[in-house]
Order: sequence, then C-alpha cells, then structure tokens
Amino acid sequence: MSLESPLGKFLGHGSARHGTEHWWAQRVTSVALLPLTLWFVFALLGMNDFTHASVVGWMGSPVNSILLALLLIAVLYHSQLGLQVVVEDYVHTGWLKVSMLVGLQLAHVAFGVAGLYSIILISISGGMTV
Amino acid sequence: MSQVNRPLSPHLGVYKWQISNTLSILHRLTGVALSIGALALLAWVVGAALGPQAYESVRSVLAGPLGMFILLGFSASFFYHLANGIRHLFWDAGYGFDREFARLSGWFTVVAAAAVTALFWVLVVSGGAG
Repeated sequence: MSLESPLGKFLGHGSARHGTEHWWAQRVTSVALLPLTLWFVFALLGMNDFTHASVVGWMGSPVNSILLALLLIAVLYHSQLGLQVVVEDYVHTGWLKVSMLVGLQLAHVAFGVAGLYSIILISISGGMTV
Repeated sequence: MSQVNRPLSPHLGVYKWQISNTLSILHRLTGVALSIGALALLAWVVGAALGPQAYESVRSVLAGPLGMFILLGFSASFFYHLANGIRHLFWDAGYGFDREFARLSGWFTVVAAAAVTALFWVLVVSGGAG
C-alpha cells in the first residue's frame, strides 16, 4: 500500500513538457556571458594598477557596478547549470549525488549573495573602512 | 531507489580519442576549472568590500607565483571555453555539422584560444598591470 496515487506515479515519470528549461537557461546565460566577460577582460586590461583604492573606485562607478553584478549572476547561474550536469553524469551513488546537487545550489546562491552585497556596499559607501 | 548495474553514460573509456570528443571533454574540464576559478573573482570583489587589509591579502596571493600560475590556467581555460562555446552555439543554431568543417572549426578553436591567451598576457605584461 503506497501513499502515492497512480496519477502521481505517472506524473512523476520523466520530464515531459519541462525538458528544455535547463538546456535553454544554459544557452541564455552563455549568450549573456559573451559581452559581459569580454567587457571584463578589456576592463582588466585597461586598469592602471590593482591597488585597493583604484579597484574600489572602478567597482564603485554605477556602470561598472551594474555590469559586474550582471557578470557575477550570469557566471554563477551558468556554473550551477554546468556543474549540476557534471554531477548528474558522473556521480551515481544516490545519497552522494543528491548531497552534491543540494550543496552546489546552496553554495552558488550563497556566493551570489556575498558578491552582490559586496558590490552594493562598494558602490554605496566604498566598502567597509575598518 | 533500486540500483541496477547496467552501464551508465557517458562511456569515456570506449571511444577513440579524436579532435571532436577531446574538445568536448576539454569544454567540460575547462568549465569545471572556471567554476572553481570564479571563486577568485568572488574573493577579489568580497575582499575589496571588506577593506584595504583583506583586499591586500587577496591581491598578494593572486599576484604571487602560484596565483599567477592559476590565473594563467584560468585565462587559458576561459578563452578556450569561450571559443568552443561559440562553436557550440553555432551547432545549437543548426550550423557547422559537416564532419570536415567540425574538425576544422575544432582546430580553429584551439589555435584561436591559444593565440588570444598569449595576446592577453602580452598586453598584461606590456601594460605593467599586476
């Protein structure tokens, strides 16, 4: 006797109607990353030095803050989607696979929040002064 | 979940190594490397927000011999993943499947990634940034 209804069992089978979302998000983030990463490469090349003052000054300008935040979001989203597939492909031990998938998602969100908070802090107040 | 001992894809051991599958697995490996390397970007941003002292410890690690070695590998991984990612987007759009052309675009990707990585570091060194 199972608590699962026959319909629930049936609906739980496969990825009907939802199979393309992961693939599509991977492509959308990759397209976003083309201009964002190239902007970042040229920005790095254009920097005179990497002292704290100049880097904070650079990160704190409105355009750079926004582009850096977008870069971070796109990188982490793309990374989450990619690493998820790597784990799904190579880790076949049930509990380890699920732990890694959950860990990856939590880590990516945590890193994203830490990065975005830092960018906002820098752009509002130039970062912590202590 | 019941474990059935049937072979699971991808069967990495049964293929002859050639340009197509070598570049495919290299795309995945550089993707994983870039995900780990994104932590350096995050450390740079968070370090900048935490203040001059925290930033300086991040900067000194990245500018040191080990850091530069990692950044070199990171940049090479990035330019390869970027070039091959564009190749993948053309495939996704339905172009470039001819066997000879796919081989050619593969080699072109490798050469372009190597050339752009070299050019990037020439510009970094000649620009005096560090």
